[in-house]
Amino acid sequence: MTFVPSSEINNNSPQSLQPKGWLRYFSFSLDHKVIGLQYLVCGFVFYLIGGALASAIRIELTSPISDFMARDVYNQVLTLHGTIMIFLWIVPVVNGAFGNYLIPFYVGARDMAFPRLNAVAFWMIPPAGLMLISSYFITGAAQSGWTAYPPLSITTPAAGQIIWIISVLLLGGSSIFGGINFLATILKLRRPGLKLMQLPMYCWAMFGTSILVVLSTPVLAGTLILLSFDIVAHTGFFNPSLGGNVIVYQHLFWFYSHPAVYIMVLPAFGLVSEILPVHCKKPLFGYTTMVYSIMAIVVLGLVVWAHHMFTSGTPPWMRLFFTIATSFIAVPTGIKFFNWVATLWGGKISLNSAVLFSCGFIINFVLGGITGVALAQVPFDIHVHDTYFVVAHFHYIVYGGSVFVIFSSIYHWYPKFTGKMLNENLGRFHFLITFVGFNLCFAPQHWLGLNGMPRRVAEYDPQFTFVNQLSSLGALLMAISTIPFLWNIIQSIFKGEVAGDNPWEGLTPEWLTSSPPPVENWNGPAPLVTEPYGYGAVKKEALDETTTNKTESPKQTE
Amino acid sequence: MTSLTSAETTSAKQLEEPKEHEDYRLFGLATFLIADGMTFAGFFAAYLTFRSVNPLPEGSIYEVELALPTLNTILLLVSSATFHRAGSALKKNEARLCQRWLLITASLGIAFLISQMFEYFSLPFGLTDNLYASTFYALTGFHGLHVTLGAIMILIVWWQTRFPGGRITSQNNFPLEAAELYWHFVDGIWVVLFIILYLL
Ligand code: HEM
Ligand SMILES: [Cu+2]
Repeated sequence: MTFVPSSEINNNSPQSLQPKGWLRYFSFSLDHKVIGLQYLVCGFVFYLIGGALASAIRIELTSPISDFMARDVYNQVLTLHGTIMIFLWIVPVVNGAFGNYLIPFYVGARDMAFPRLNAVAFWMIPPAGLMLISSYFITGAAQSGWTAYPPLSITTPAAGQIIWIISVLLLGGSSIFGGINFLATILKLRRPGLKLMQLPMYCWAMFGTSILVVLSTPVLAGTLILLSFDIVAHTGFFNPSLGGNVIVYQHLFWFYSHPAVYIMVLPAFGLVSEILPVHCKKPLFGYTTMVYSIMAIVVLGLVVWAHHMFTSGTPPWMRLFFTIATSFIAVPTGIKFFNWVATLWGGKISLNSAVLFSCGFIINFVLGGITGVALAQVPFDIHVHDTYFVVAHFHYIVYGGSVFVIFSSIYHWYPKFTGKMLNENLGRFHFLITFVGFNLCFAPQHWLGLNGMPRRVAEYDPQFTFVNQLSSLGALLMAISTIPFLWNIIQSIFKGEVAGDNPWEGLTPEWLTSSPPPVENWNGPAPLVTEPYGYGAVKKEALDETTTNKTESPKQTE
Repeated sequence: MTSLTSAETTSAKQLEEPKEHEDYRLFGLATFLIADGMTFAGFFAAYLTFRSVNPLPEGSIYEVELALPTLNTILLLVSSATFHRAGSALKKNEARLCQRWLLITASLGIAFLISQMFEYFSLPFGLTDNLYASTFYALTGFHGLHVTLGAIMILIVWWQTRFPGGRITSQNNFPLEAAELYWHFVDGIWVVLFIILYLL
């Protein structure tokens, strides 16, 4: 599939048998670009559904009693919201969508290593998602949250929980297939002459992420299979009344789900590292340290899971170990943060929508990171565990981090995807209400949590009413913010300004071809890009001498 | 604009592209087996934790016999060797010999499954009797599923080596290599399982 010259690929490749035009987006296409956009659009549809569920939750929480929904409906809505946002929106989009679209370009290949497996992995997602959502209408959805902790998940109605398990198994399988494909593509499909340390940062991020996917997702799968035995066959693995052990479930679950938070955020790190240099016309600061930070996060990310279990009767030595290991993660994360700031520093920044969302990411992510380190400290965590403080923490990371980056990436690569520019004013307006809405929604939740409002319940102490209403107002703004965005992406396809091949004057390989790119990515041989951030000329001309800009992007000499 | 042109000349050098493409499927399979191995690792971790922190309630029975599982271990280890023989035979273009070794390997796998069935029926505990029993059946069952799939794969490979112009030849031996890698993996897991479940 890989280095076949374009003249040979045209006639006999499986791609020429695929439907043409927009219809191919509904087909079992093997083209990595089509699959990438399938992931993106499919993920976005699920995001809208998950967002509607979130709005329902926030409407319910405008009053301290459960008046908008019955309590069991609230539980179902909450479970669906979390599961959809994680497994059907963020994970498939930051990995599947951008990974499939960009990685073959970045390694100089014509497609992924296993195009057919790639298509299979994508087509596992829509059925899983539809099954999950339809369970609400048919049997009633699962009610035990996205964590499905037993014994709750064993005692709540079984049908919904089993459908939930099957869906998550399918989505996990899809994710594993994707991870295998990324590893093979990055390690094996690199164009001759391209060294690992010359790859764009997103490749490194996806390399680390895929290692996490391959090592941790199967553990979740095994755990959920055991859980389904408990539900269907009445075994007692995790059922204390049958002599089982719920803590083992928590360990196994978090052995996947802490790495999962990095599966959601490491690719986002990579995407930001691609976007910032292009719009500041400066090399990515500290390339090598960025690479080592990613790998450090991968290793540390595998050994911090029990920080989710400080209140589950963990013994003191375990608390100590996991507090220290978790606090250490802040070091590589901090390095990355400073490198982004240093990339921005003194750059010729164009404050367009892509950069605004990336900067929004940096701000939100720091706040989420700080509360994360705070939560890693046992004495503090014991007080705020399972309160709205935790909800605030992880939304700052998954929404303020990953989702902001997804929007930034859409503004950045939309011209490549479609050949049309997005409307910048609408984009900036979108950023403004998203940023204000997001912070209004989640900042007050820190206060709620510190004052003892528990998470995952439809009813609360009336003293929290006003702050909850503030938060819901923020959620309303976030809901409204999708309107300018949707309008922008839909009408720009038809009426947008023609983008040209390289509207941002980027140097990474996807910009060195037409927009949208041809089926085999480049007409003619793939370019060898050894300095994806080589904005050297600008450095000499336009940068202030007072700022020291040591170019740490890889040398070309090797 | 200057940045772009200068960068284009320095960093977008175009090289000749090689025409052949290698096969990455074995790499992909190996990665998949690592993932699969992690599922087992999760099960083993659960089993060991249960054994060390959850005492069995009064009156529950959990005892395993050593005779049959030892026989099973030998069956699987021998089958790994016979599979290896089949692979070398194919490389030397000796299709008949290869087929014979494949059949022997498959028979050993099926013998393993039958003997495990015997073990299941002779054990004094059932799936839902107690925590250890459930975990025992989950682990051996999950492994048995792998053996079943492996035996089916071997039979398919055997079928396809039977025709001279068939799909598996010394030139195109990926299916055989893949099945062999998988089979060695399943055998390796069994050895770990044997140590943890029966010997510890
Ligand atoms: C500086 C890095 C981070 C640290 C030190 C940290 C620490 C923690 C701790 C200790 C908890 C447990 C709180 C509790 O349940 O009582 C937690 C929860 C959580 N974190 Fe982080 N975190 C960090 C980064 C992240 C990232 C990058 C993500 C996601 C992309 C994330 C997502 C989550 C989620 C989803 C939860 C809640 C899980 C649940 O109970 O449902 N965190 N974090
Ligand atoms: Cu965590």
